Amino acid sequence: MRTPFTVRLIQSMPRGGWIALAIFALVAWVGIPFAHLALPESHPLHVSAYTVSLLGKILCYMVVAVAMDLIWGYAGILSLGHGLFFALGGYAFGMYLMRQIGRDGSYGADLPDFMVFLDWKELPWYWGGSDSFAWALFLAVAAPGLIAFVFGYFAFRSRIKGVYFSIITQALTYAAMLLFFRNETGFGGNNGFTDFKRILGYAITSPEMRTLLFALSALLLMACLVLGRYLVTSRFGRVLAAIRDAESRVMFIGYNPLHYKLFMWTLSAMLCGLAGALYVPQVGIINPSEMSPANSIEIAVWVAVGGRGTLVGAVLGAGIVNLLKSWATVSFPEYWPFFLGFLFIAVTLYLPDGVVGLWRKLRAGRKAAPVAEQPLHTPPPGSTTDPLPEGATAPQHAAPATAAKGAAA
Amino acid sequence: MSAVTELERPDAADRENWDGGANTGHPVRPGELDLSHNVILYLDDISVSFDGFRALNKLSLTIDAGELRCIIGPNGAGKTTMMDVITGKTRPDSGKAYFGQTLDLTRMTEPQIAHAGIGRKFQKPTIFEHHTAFENLELAMKADKRVRRSLFAALSDDERDRIAEVLRRIRLDREADRLAGLLSHGQKQWLEIGMLLMQEPRLLLLDEPVAGMTDDETERTAELFVSLAGSHSLMVVEHDMAFVEALGGKVTVLCEGSVLAEGDLATVQADPRVIEVYLGR
Ligand SMILES: Nc1ncnc2c1ncn2[C@@H]1O[C@H](COP(=O)(O)OP(=O)(O)OP(=O)(O)O)[C@@H](O)[C@H]1O
Ligand SMILES: [Mg+2]
Repeated sequence: MRTPFTVRLIQSMPRGGWIALAIFALVAWVGIPFAHLALPESHPLHVSAYTVSLLGKILCYMVVAVAMDLIWGYAGILSLGHGLFFALGGYAFGMYLMRQIGRDGSYGADLPDFMVFLDWKELPWYWGGSDSFAWALFLAVAAPGLIAFVFGYFAFRSRIKGVYFSIITQALTYAAMLLFFRNETGFGGNNGFTDFKRILGYAITSPEMRTLLFALSALLLMACLVLGRYLVTSRFGRVLAAIRDAESRVMFIGYNPLHYKLFMWTLSAMLCGLAGALYVPQVGIINPSEMSPANSIEIAVWVAVGGRGTLVGAVLGAGIVNLLKSWATVSFPEYWPFFLGFLFIAVTLYLPDGVVGLWRKLRAGRKAAPVAEQPLHTPPPGSTTDPLPEGATAPQHAAPATAAKGAAA
Repeated sequence: MSAVTELERPDAADRENWDGGANTGHPVRPGELDLSHNVILYLDDISVSFDGFRALNKLSLTIDAGELRCIIGPNGAGKTTMMDVITGKTRPDSGKAYFGQTLDLTRMTEPQIAHAGIGRKFQKPTIFEHHTAFENLELAMKADKRVRRSLFAALSDDERDRIAEVLRRIRLDREADRLAGLLSHGQKQWLEIGMLLMQEPRLLLLDEPVAGMTDDETERTAELFVSLAGSHSLMVVEHDMAFVEALGGKVTVLCEGSVLAEGDLATVQADPRVIEVYLGR
């Protein structure tokens, strides 16, 4: 008998993973909202508006990291243009936010301020429907999805791979940035969109709206993790990893790698778009610098730091690097780019499996020591308490095994 | 045209329902193998050059349905290149390549050729090292290999049994859950043969399948191939003459990109031109 879909969905994540998600949900939907909304500011456990927005922003980055990991860690395709998809989602939703300003802009006009400034009399055609919330959400997913699909189709069909692919994605996001910098493009030029007032008529800066956006970001991240986990443990995920490891073999057993890569690539871009749409109302601004090549490289660094090929790794990496960043850009802003570069080199050289890989190594080493003395108490392999341990790849499995041997010897 | 006349026949509609609408009831479906002349592979006048170097030079060769054919020849004779042409990896500069009567291999992609029923084992064992032996077989299994299927695919009991059976046959049933990258060289060769069996191909191309195997393993491989012949067609490239002898089929000698001699092993080995090629090196 075939296992029903829902059962497979549940089984795709080990129990520890579901428990971790439940705890996360409790904190994000009950703990933080309560601490922000109900506790007075003087209370030691009060969570400030700044913190809620910062955490919400990082949650959006985590979604991007998961999307990046799905295509890089599992399909072996390094995109250095994922910032573009994120920014496109942000711009799509930003258009709606601009329209929600209504006549409260500094010119008191129907058109967004920057259009008045350019002396435009009416909305360009592609702003049609931008006053609709549903359309904005649709566009935030569809625009990056469509661009990724068209770009991916031609790139994968021409069998462009490896660093060539990465370089082209850099060029893509750079070209888009230059385009968006132009005032005539109709997206506010280098100032982009800002001074948002409302979503669905509700004030965007109210504590309730802030909390809601944060909670939605948490929901999106959890949905991405469940979806990602299902994908990588499905046969689809196994084919994807097989393409990463031996693409021509995959073709000779009858799979068309083009379709597999294209599906994952497009889905990944769409998830980035959604994250961008949630990000913009929380930070209150979107401008072309989001499309800068450096931003996209930073996304890859998050995943590398956390450990690519594991979804938890992507989430951890985005969290660690961004917390470091929000501290460093206050303490020594001018050194941050160097620090980021150093981090990337250090991780590539010394932690090829990122933080998750390091943690596994340490844990395997700790376990191995008692093993030598009391072999009977060794827990069977697989009875791990690892949140979301990935049924992933050999190096990660092999590494702890060798470490275990080393420590036992 | 023919499809229209087919539909006019009273039984055509019924047959379509019976097949679940998967075909039009035409005697030879597009993409289906037609063995009406008992020839499964037909190569005619194939030439391939790499930067002016002729790897295949007007090569012509046919393989009958159910045949077990051995291909021998010195290094660089073009044996692997010939398999590349058959599986769509390399496009010939000129010449014809047909699978059965109707399928023009020079116009098909690698996955299409695999679906049509040609399976290939590479000279260098290529398996998915980061997947378990079981998963390797699962991925190779004959199935609907489109994205929308693999997203929701779950193994049925039948399919599990088939994988288990092949695992026994290639003697890897104890290694089912080990990562393929950790298997011994010989086991990897067997795993790749197992993947080929899972594909249920009509024609198997095997490029030096026993390289790196022990004598015992080699012997078992020969037995397996002989048992497959008849229901499958096989093309085996090998340097190991004892193995070729054990297979017992017709032998084709390739040299400098074309056929030098063809016949049973003893005849071929007695051919002075063949002796010269092998000794003259
Ligand atoms: N992609 C390629 N580019 C350039 N030359 C190639 C390429 N593939 C094969 N060749 C050349 O074509 C010739 C035939 O190679 P092929 O691999 O088909 O020989 P083979 O008969 O399989 O030899 P072996 O017994 O060593 O496996 C060789 O001289 C090889 O160098
Ligand atoms: Mg060869």
